[in-house]
Amino acid sequence: MNYAVETKDLTRIFRVKKRRRRRSGSKGAEQDVTALKDVNLRIEEGELFGLLGPNGAGKTTLIKILCTLLLPTSGKAYVAGNDVEKDPYPIRRIINMVSGGETSGYGLLTTRENLWMFSQFYGIPSKEAKKRIDEMLEAFGIWDKRNAKVRTLSTGERQKANVIRGFMTDPSIIFLDEPTLGLDVNASRIIRKFISDWVRETSGRTVLLTTHYMMEADELCDRLAIIDEGGIVACDTPRNLKRTVSKASSLMFEVDYLRDPDKLKGIEGIQNFTYKHNGQMNRTLLTFIVQDESAVADIVSRIVDQGAKIHSLEKREPTLEDVFVSLVGKGLA
Amino acid sequence: MKEYLLLNLRALKGRAYPRVVGGTRELSWIFFDTVLPLLTVAAYVFVYKYLGTFEGPQQEYIAQFIGYVILGGAMTAYWMNVLWSMAAQFYWEKEIGNLQLYMIAPMSRMAVLGGMALGGMFYTSVRAISTIVIGVLIFGVTFSLGPPIYLVLVFILTLIALYGMGMLFASLYMIYGREAWHMSSLLTEPIYLVSGFYFPVRYLGSIVALSASIIPITLGLDALRQLMFTETAGIHGFLPVEVELVALAVLSVLFLFLARHSLRFMENLGRKTGRLTMRWQ
Repeated sequence: MNYAVETKDLTRIFRVKKRRRRRSGSKGAEQDVTALKDVNLRIEEGELFGLLGPNGAGKTTLIKILCTLLLPTSGKAYVAGNDVEKDPYPIRRIINMVSGGETSGYGLLTTRENLWMFSQFYGIPSKEAKKRIDEMLEAFGIWDKRNAKVRTLSTGERQKANVIRGFMTDPSIIFLDEPTLGLDVNASRIIRKFISDWVRETSGRTVLLTTHYMMEADELCDRLAIIDEGGIVACDTPRNLKRTVSKASSLMFEVDYLRDPDKLKGIEGIQNFTYKHNGQMNRTLLTFIVQDESAVADIVSRIVDQGAKIHSLEKREPTLEDVFVSLVGKGLA
Repeated sequence: MKEYLLLNLRALKGRAYPRVVGGTRELSWIFFDTVLPLLTVAAYVFVYKYLGTFEGPQQEYIAQFIGYVILGGAMTAYWMNVLWSMAAQFYWEKEIGNLQLYMIAPMSRMAVLGGMALGGMFYTSVRAISTIVIGVLIFGVTFSLGPPIYLVLVFILTLIALYGMGMLFASLYMIYGREAWHMSSLLTEPIYLVSGFYFPVRYLGSIVALSASIIPITLGLDALRQLMFTETAGIHGFLPVEVELVALAVLSVLFLFLARHSLRFMENLGRKTGRLTMRWQ
């Protein structure tokens, strides 16, 4: 079996300086921070694979290793069968990467010139590169910005240009690190549709997408890995992942602002719960994953004991967010 | 092999492009890069002119000294370009996110640096020539040129060695970022002095002049002065032009060789420590 990406016990530890203690004036010692620990992943050719996790979970570190920008501390990582440590050059010929919020290129160049410049780093003949660029500028709806200087583009337009930069080299494997970060609904939708169409258009194309948008992961990915604190917590199709919590129910309460929501912990029958305060509305949104719905009575009574009024109660089908909460014990946002 | 060569030539052209077109997009350089350097040149010119009002043997050489200063002033543009737009460029590229895109691309890193160097040479030559033309017109310098082939060779080898040195420094910036900043600061004014930008370097004494010759602009500038003012070449020149030409050729090969190996070493070190993509350092 050929894997587009394979990792074996992949670990990356960063050595960082501790903060100095002001009073003692002692020198900042170094400490180890584990960004990835024993990550084992297999992504098949032609898959649109998602990596879902909160900020600091290790998603970008994993992408950097697979893009040959960073070496593992221990373990192995292979891209199209090539060891990232020993054979980075064959990998670089077949990959590309796009990051969300990227500001690549030079502001004084036009969008078209900027993209042409990057195409030259992959040896694409100028005529062919310009043809591809024009087609993609049109597909992304920024043809009218082709002669605008990059520094004058809006965030959404710039990110569309970044996505074009990644795809115009026609990579076999593309790494997308939160490609829709901070974009409006329309720009995100165009990028998501392009990614989805691109991977299905020709067999053998592979996408590794990191995101912390649950809906994006659910909509796009064939398979998903949930990553938290450097470790893979679960890996399966979105449907199978949701099945793992299907025996449980997801209950959402909207209540008056709760001063101490932690008092709701420890109720029998609750698998996990998260809360979010809405200061403007003076409300608290509670999400419970419950194994036994009889726990509802206890929940209600503890909310009322805190003097809060319940404004709404909703029972939902399990979502990826519920899976995440159930596995990790906290929400993504 | 042919494919790899084509890839690198295209990468070189691609990276040179922003520097070549940059001059036509931001015309403020006409003031900042030609008028302002001329003010420093003018200060030295007036000092030499003032010295020329006194009786003495120096009166004979004042016209050449003014020419030396204008030539030195023009060459400062290359030195500044090498320090701040060549050596330090990888630091900026890292900050804006381009460096990681260069590093995941399949082309040789030397092709990127080569493109930066070629673009920089073009961009800076326009400025240097402008400084010389304006300086010559204002201060009425006349040249007595030596063999043109020597002149061209010295100029080209000086630029290759100089930008080769810039490539070597670029690999340090790639990893050490802001920490390497001090190196550029340290190499600005002191090099104006020890490389003899505004006077013939031989007057610093053989030991200092020889030590400063590791900076290619020292020998390049001295050889150019000897070839552009042949009448006084034997009096103010540091070493014979032929020797300086050979030394510049050696420095060119040496710096390009060191740059290539240093880049590879620093890239691996960066991948190991994580500093290759670490911003704000």
